[in-house]
Amino acid sequence: MDLNYGSEMEGFRDEVKAFVQGNWPLSGEEADLPMDKQAATFRARAIAHGYLYRNIPQRYGGSEQEPDVLKAQIIREEFGRKWAPQEARGIGTMMLVPTLLERGEEWQKDKFVRTTITGEVAWCQGYSEPGSGSDLASLKTRGELQGDEWVINGQKIWTSGAHLADYMFCLVRTEPDASKHAGISYLLIDMKQPGIEVRPLRMMTGSADFNEVFLNDARTPADWIVGKRGEGWLVSRTTLKHERNSIGAAQQTRAGLKGLVDLAKKSKVAGRPALEDSTIRQRLAEIEGYVKAHQYSGYRQLTKDAKGEEAGLIALMMKLFSTEIGHKSSALSLDLLGEEGLLSAGNAELGVQAKDSQGWIARYMYTLGIAVAGGTANIQRNVIAERGLGLPRDAAANRSSSK
Amino acid sequence: MNFDLTDEQLMLQDTVGQAMLNECPVTHLRTIFDGDSGHDGALWETLSGLGIVGLAIPEEYGGAGLEILDLAVTAETLGYHAAPGPFLGHVLAALAIAEGGSPEQKEKWLPGLASGERIGTVALAESGGQWQPDQWQLPRGDTLTGKKEFVPFGEIADLIVVGATGGQLAVVEKDAPGISLAVVDGVDLTRRFQEVDFASTPCEWLGQGAPAERVRDVGRVLLAADAFGGSQRLLEMCVEYAKTREQFGVTIGHFQALKHQLASMALDVEPNRGLYWFAAYAQDHARDEAERIAAIARAHVADRFMQVARDAVEAHGGIGFTWECDVQIWFKRAMFDRAFMGTPAEDRERSLQLAGL
Repeated sequence: MDLNYGSEMEGFRDEVKAFVQGNWPLSGEEADLPMDKQAATFRARAIAHGYLYRNIPQRYGGSEQEPDVLKAQIIREEFGRKWAPQEARGIGTMMLVPTLLERGEEWQKDKFVRTTITGEVAWCQGYSEPGSGSDLASLKTRGELQGDEWVINGQKIWTSGAHLADYMFCLVRTEPDASKHAGISYLLIDMKQPGIEVRPLRMMTGSADFNEVFLNDARTPADWIVGKRGEGWLVSRTTLKHERNSIGAAQQTRAGLKGLVDLAKKSKVAGRPALEDSTIRQRLAEIEGYVKAHQYSGYRQLTKDAKGEEAGLIALMMKLFSTEIGHKSSALSLDLLGEEGLLSAGNAELGVQAKDSQGWIARYMYTLGIAVAGGTANIQRNVIAERGLGLPRDAAANRSSSK
Repeated sequence: MNFDLTDEQLMLQDTVGQAMLNECPVTHLRTIFDGDSGHDGALWETLSGLGIVGLAIPEEYGGAGLEILDLAVTAETLGYHAAPGPFLGHVLAALAIAEGGSPEQKEKWLPGLASGERIGTVALAESGGQWQPDQWQLPRGDTLTGKKEFVPFGEIADLIVVGATGGQLAVVEKDAPGISLAVVDGVDLTRRFQEVDFASTPCEWLGQGAPAERVRDVGRVLLAADAFGGSQRLLEMCVEYAKTREQFGVTIGHFQALKHQLASMALDVEPNRGLYWFAAYAQDHARDEAERIAAIARAHVADRFMQVARDAVEAHGGIGFTWECDVQIWFKRAMFDRAFMGTPAEDRERSLQLAGL
């Protein structure tokens, strides 16, 4: 066991440090540019140095580096230290781009990858439907090939950012006679067209980040399909294997704990400082036990990734573990808020750190959104039990297999 | 960055695990569990032969000269197999002498402890749950007079490392005059206790700055490692049971309620592996964090072990509540890991104080 990165990596860290030092924040006239332009300027330089979009070929705008999870981690650490812009976190960059790189046609990569990673175009994900949540493959939105166009009808839901998106990558049933999973195709759709209507869905926090998307004779060219007809389910399972950020979630829970400690320092319980209350102290310390376990589990994964080995059971449980830590932290935050727990979530922006009481209220609710998004906690438990512990698969879900 | 065990450490776990399977399968474990002493001389000899009872003793005194992490991964495997006997107290006594003894004292005691020919233990607790070095009140003098509680395997130990006022440590030999032992009716029959009463008992003091705090912190780490191994075993027992026990015409592992309970148990087990690793690693390589992470790890992993043990009884249904079912053995190991050397609540309070909170 050795928690140092080693001299070669520390040398690399020095290079990165020097780069950030010399390039962020921008200086001179560039410092007066709007923030998104500043970020784009910095990113272009970071790409030229091989620090961002390392797994994306240069011809699509990436820096095309040898995969190296440790270097990727060092870059995140050093950029993070100076609040320098990192890779754009949109769903297009995180999900569509890796999918296109693995499964897309050459012209699709040409057309979409570069503009997506620079943030020129924004994407939304058309997966869930009102009747198809955990059982996603039961989706009903239909696509029919008419001449040289797909004509699409149906409804998508929980579509984050659909109101801002230029395009949607979308799962659509194109082969009605095929079995459940084999009838789905993966289509790319222009959002700016008459056949698409986006209606905001107000979240329990009061704000509206996600939407319903209605497709009424929406159209997309016949070749805007990734993979072949009926391969959409497999295409959608294409995951990003390169340079997974295995300790990012743990860093967030750590930051969350720090915020909780700060809140406890400001709060009172029964007229006394909360940090003098033994119950509060015990709960804080107990949460730290989970946070530390999360942190070192992240290091285990990082090590396995660096060696190109599978991390096993722990990899299946990181999402549920984050969720549960979020629940415990939220519960404590509400108790620390005391009577301010009667306030609304206001217009609080959601981030790791809550800025005020209303920010904490928003977070209190938002941790539930995290628990549900991308596979509910109960679905995660199924995955752990079936794939992790080898228990029998759910009879009801013993679906017409995806082959 | 290599946060993983070495091949040597994995081999060590494998060797110890094989020895436990050969020498102390559960059928044999149960005879020790139900027997008079909780100790098995033959098993001790086997473990001594593997070198694990002297793992962290310097090589010049016959030990293997390895680190606390090596000791901890061994403790995990022993915990997995619910190894009965004096391992914990023995390695802590050896650590105290190795780090606090004079050259003469080390020469006198360590070789026997390293080979396992002599068994050591530690006498820490005083009345009212006073486990911490700064709470000890046993007076320091030419002889020892006073009482120590919950001394693991005090009856079979050849020497006892005793904590006294000011966090000082003394060594008492078995046949010294003025020692009286009383059996404690302990819950964990794989790790028995005696209460030890000293009356003008001759002793030798370990040097100034003797490492009582280090003994405590390494003790916490070994309890966390044991708890991780034990909780892992209980999880496996429950999964195995769910795959074989049938009700309503199918194995009960088909039922989602049970699957979710087992998934939750797994979530109480697997993330703790890295936590106890780091706590052990810190004892040698991150000394400024060592006390705090040891406290956090012990509190957390022992508490999770206890929860997993309660869930394991439930997951086995009626049989889980019987003496016949093996779950109870690990259930009681969890109770030991949770209460020996102080409670998780005390560990947590200390962890906050150490963070300046």
